[in-house]
Amino acid sequence: MTADTEQPLAPVSPLVRYAGRFAAVTRASGGAVRLAELPLLAQLSVRLDAKGPAAEAVRFALGLALPVEPDTVAFSDELAALWLGPDEWLVVGRPGSAAGLEERLRAAVAGEHAAVTDVSGQRTTVLVGGARARDLLAHGCPLDLHPRAFGPGRCAQTTLARAGVLLAGRDEHRPGYWLLTRSSFAGYVADWLLDAATEYVADATSIT
Amino acid sequence: MLLIPCPWCGPRDEAEFTYGGQAHVPYPRDPAALTDEEWARYLFFRDNPKGPHAERWCHTISCRRWFNVVRDTATNEVLAAYRIGEAGPVIS
Amino acid sequence: MPRQLPSSAHPFRLPTGGRIDRSRTLTFRFDGVAYTGHPGDTLASALLACGVRQVATSIKLGRARGVFGVGSEEPNALVRIEAPYAEAMVTATTVELCEGLVAFGLPGRGRLPDGPDPARYDAVYAHCDVLVVGAGPAGLAAALAAARTGARVVLADENGELGGSLLGRGAADDWGARARDELAGFPQTRVLRRTTVFGYYDDNYLLALERRTAHLGAAAPAHVSRERVWRIRAGRVVLATGAHERPIAFADNDRPGVMLASAARAYVHRFGVAPGRRAVVFTACDSGYPAALDLAAAGTEVAAIVDARPQAGLWAQRARDAGLPVRAGHAVTGTSGDPCLTSVAVRELRDGEPTGPVAVVDADTLLVSGGWNPTVHLFSQAGGTLRHDPARVAFVPRECRQAVEVVGSAAGAFTLAECVADGARAGARAANREATEADLGHVLAPPPDPDDIGGGAPPVPLWLVPGPDEPRTHFVDLQRDVTVADLRRATGAGLSGVEHLKRYTTAGTAHDQGRTSGVLTTGVAAHLLGVEVSALGTTTYRPPYTPVPFAALAGRDRGALHDPVRVTALHDQHLARDAVFENVGQWKRPWYYPLAGEDMAAAVARECRAAREGVAFMDASTLGKIDVQGADAGVFLDRLYTNMISTLKPGRIRYGVMCRADGMVLDDGTVLRTADDRFLVTTTTGNAAAVLDWMEEWLQTEWPQLRVHCASVTEQWATVALVGPRSRDVLSALAPQLPSSSDDFPFMAWRDTRVAGVAARVCRISFSGELAYEINVPPWYAPHVWEAIARAGAPYGITPYGTETMHVLRAEKGYPVVGQDTDGTVTPQDLGLGWAVSAKKRDFVGKRSHARADTARPDRKQLVALLPDDRHTLLPEGGQVVADAPLPAPPVPMLGHITSSYRSTALGRTFALALVRGGRERVGQRIYVPVGSVLVPVTVAEPVLYDPEGARRDG
Repeated sequence: MTADTEQPLAPVSPLVRYAGRFAAVTRASGGAVRLAELPLLAQLSVRLDAKGPAAEAVRFALGLALPVEPDTVAFSDELAALWLGPDEWLVVGRPGSAAGLEERLRAAVAGEHAAVTDVSGQRTTVLVGGARARDLLAHGCPLDLHPRAFGPGRCAQTTLARAGVLLAGRDEHRPGYWLLTRSSFAGYVADWLLDAATEYVADATSIT
Repeated sequence: MLLIPCPWCGPRDEAEFTYGGQAHVPYPRDPAALTDEEWARYLFFRDNPKGPHAERWCHTISCRRWFNVVRDTATNEVLAAYRIGEAGPVIS
Repeated sequence: MPRQLPSSAHPFRLPTGGRIDRSRTLTFRFDGVAYTGHPGDTLASALLACGVRQVATSIKLGRARGVFGVGSEEPNALVRIEAPYAEAMVTATTVELCEGLVAFGLPGRGRLPDGPDPARYDAVYAHCDVLVVGAGPAGLAAALAAARTGARVVLADENGELGGSLLGRGAADDWGARARDELAGFPQTRVLRRTTVFGYYDDNYLLALERRTAHLGAAAPAHVSRERVWRIRAGRVVLATGAHERPIAFADNDRPGVMLASAARAYVHRFGVAPGRRAVVFTACDSGYPAALDLAAAGTEVAAIVDARPQAGLWAQRARDAGLPVRAGHAVTGTSGDPCLTSVAVRELRDGEPTGPVAVVDADTLLVSGGWNPTVHLFSQAGGTLRHDPARVAFVPRECRQAVEVVGSAAGAFTLAECVADGARAGARAANREATEADLGHVLAPPPDPDDIGGGAPPVPLWLVPGPDEPRTHFVDLQRDVTVADLRRATGAGLSGVEHLKRYTTAGTAHDQGRTSGVLTTGVAAHLLGVEVSALGTTTYRPPYTPVPFAALAGRDRGALHDPVRVTALHDQHLARDAVFENVGQWKRPWYYPLAGEDMAAAVARECRAAREGVAFMDASTLGKIDVQGADAGVFLDRLYTNMISTLKPGRIRYGVMCRADGMVLDDGTVLRTADDRFLVTTTTGNAAAVLDWMEEWLQTEWPQLRVHCASVTEQWATVALVGPRSRDVLSALAPQLPSSSDDFPFMAWRDTRVAGVAARVCRISFSGELAYEINVPPWYAPHVWEAIARAGAPYGITPYGTETMHVLRAEKGYPVVGQDTDGTVTPQDLGLGWAVSAKKRDFVGKRSHARADTARPDRKQLVALLPDDRHTLLPEGGQVVADAPLPAPPVPMLGHITSSYRSTALGRTFALALVRGGRERVGQRIYVPVGSVLVPVTVAEPVLYDPEGARRDG
């Protein structure tokens, strides 16, 4: 069973209640910090042998090669493929595309030692942008996010404060980060981000 | 905070990993063939050297790969890190 | 004749000099008296300028104490700050003066304020190629040399201004200013002022504390963190931590007015303060002389320079040329004053013993220089070893496995030129570049060094000046009031190692971490024991280098951010129904849903009745879920579960138990076969991550040939448990396509359907013994489905229920909960789950252990029910179980303990589950549970108390 886009219902994303506060911080910081949920992105866990025929079949099916260099992201117009492990990727697509993606991927890897799992509900995505995005994350992320070490096209599973997160540098044209957090931790991560933004918000409004 | 070289992700903070005890203690091929004492040795007995020690770590928070590390238990120096299935280094 | 000092409010403020802003005046209060100072002052310098000599009293003996040092080495001048911020115990030498400061001297120790600290504290991770600790001449040179290569540099210094010993030193200060300016121009360089690196851990991980707002006083913005912990991972570390001057143990060496010679100089240069009007300088090295000359130049009368060395060398000549009296080969043997210093006793020193007549010299100030201790604390924390350098009379760094280099006086280099050259080379080297002389070029050419007179006399080790009486006022550790007499008592008791002496006497254990006392303790102890200082060594240096507030260590990890709170997609629904939550791991789960006026017992009784008699629903989303896929998935699960999984048919569900290799229960849950090559495994709420890790461990390390992949899907599904005899009615209304008969949709089967219009997977699973369903839907539609269930169930009085009711229902059925009824020493057989342990399978993880003598014993603790004779007595969980009443004499044999205990509406009584030795053999027996002083009689029963024949599960 997969995310069903035919439902007439409005899906509720994990951080729907934070939209106002994210927007307020973005505004009050004068753009120094931009926070926004990118809700309900299609996410598929893909497990296969990176050197085997399944990898090639997926490349053909998606028009996107799964990256083999650890902690990197490959982008196409529609999709991003994030390296999670030597035989594990997260393929991210537009909201509502999970069922179709799963079908394409399953068809591609049929008969191989591979697994495709719809995990769209496992995580939600927060856009962390703005000139101070790196400083903001440095309050809780032990990784070196300096462009020399973690530029566009890099991703990493690591910790942010006390939660595990999947962090990805977006591409050159869209500076900032995707922060993927487990849905059940999303409220904590959002609260943490809003709190960490305190100094950057006041920077732009009340500090001369 | 140790910096542990994950063979896949590179050096990361110790907090991202879980410790898995002594390396190279394989599950016995046929447990039923073992005496109680032999089985107890597998279950409960591990080396505890002062000096280089081959041990297992898992990069739990990230790539979830198990791998082996040779760590000097006296200095915490990581002397080697290698993937499961790879041969360990010879530590003199 | 002293030069005239202004006699106004600042009788000891020099007319010129210092890095203070004389154009502005700050008012402050100390011990209730109003004073003034200037921006740039510390509390200590302002007090000295105002003529306040006594600042505090000592911890054990209550002796008067004054300012002794100038920075974080200060052992005496402990104060409490009351406004504009609260600090329970800090040193006056590290408090930057701000308008409206209110401080009080402390009797050796502070007291935490009662109220919470409202300030914000935070943390930042930083990474750099080179971390330079200390911004004196060596550190500045190192940072500059590294920064010029383009390396990422962090320079941290504990003072408000960079420059260290250069500050206020004329031409030298200008050099420092140029270095500071150039550093500011490197975008990759981060300069952290007011930042103390306090811990040096493995792999060049260092912690530092930045004090960000205290110096701003009342103007400190509330949203800016007051203090910040920097967590720094550095490629290489250059320690330019300087050196601390060492005191000498002589009689009454603790009086206000006694001060380290280097501190006195700093007060003159940095703060424009004369430490006194008439000074005696007591030195065992050359350092006393420039201090004496600087004080004299500032207008303080130098009554005598007492040099313990018979041959005082060039410096003595200089002093004499300047008209200062020098007494070589002499020592200070005592002081007088009431309590502040008024005179100093001086005698000739022969072979370490005072001899000859006592000369009494009037003085209000006594400067002491017993030599220098390189500040090796961080180097030692890093695992570095030390060696004793007899020529320098100092412990200096030897070697360290970490990528660290020590430069400047921290390495024993004591001339400015040496420090700068040392620093520059190390900085460039740390940035991975061998520096040429040209590289280090113009700016790094050292500043003129007025202290370098082209040759001096070597220092002598002088730790103790004996006499005239028992050494009970020869202080070794001023902050702990430890004297030479205390050390003598310790050595007399047979203690011969510094670590033992430290613990026996408490020397070096105060919050100054023995910065002034540590090496002195070693020196005096060596003297008392008649051994070499080098043989005794130092005590172990441990973090933190300076005290760090717990609030700073906690940072933002407090209040709501203290620990992540995990919530399900239905959390708002629970809030709307006024749920009381309980913590299950990091999850917040509804515990019960009280109606107005209901207590917990009433709410749980009502919820239980609904589930047993009508219909009830709960949020079961927190159960762990793992998708197991692959051609060998069945084989894999057969190896991990105690029972057979591979024989399960698609569409069906089986309960399974997992054991560790030692045979003890690891987890339990249900397994759905979703396809020939695919299973959905559920785990207990708290074990979801552990079970996935467990699966990965076996797959990766033992069975890599198995074609299986596992993925966590815990949050991919929201799960609603619909329970009770009327549950079928409710579900039929919402899922008309779902077969309703047990023939078409039997117990332990699952079906995909639509519930309330949402694609759903419905399982017939019961954790209560009632007819029940678990409805799994995508989390983003879960609120809709939940509310639809509530509406469809309204005609049947549907009731939301929480974890407490779930527990009562499952315990009535004798279903154990892993982690509550088990503790890692319990086998499936102990739990009565022997039926779920396959005898046919050749092996599974834990199987061999079930045949071990200890696990096969018949008298193991087994899960049974306990029924109190009094149907209203609720037994305490964790309570012990004993066989006999009255209790026999101790030790009383314990039979086991209670793991679960509830009031049951269905049974009309209280009951408990317990692990009891040989429990199954005891069914029907009376045993006892001690509660307080009462022995509660209980009867042992089979654990399934409700519907033992299982008649209710199909409705």
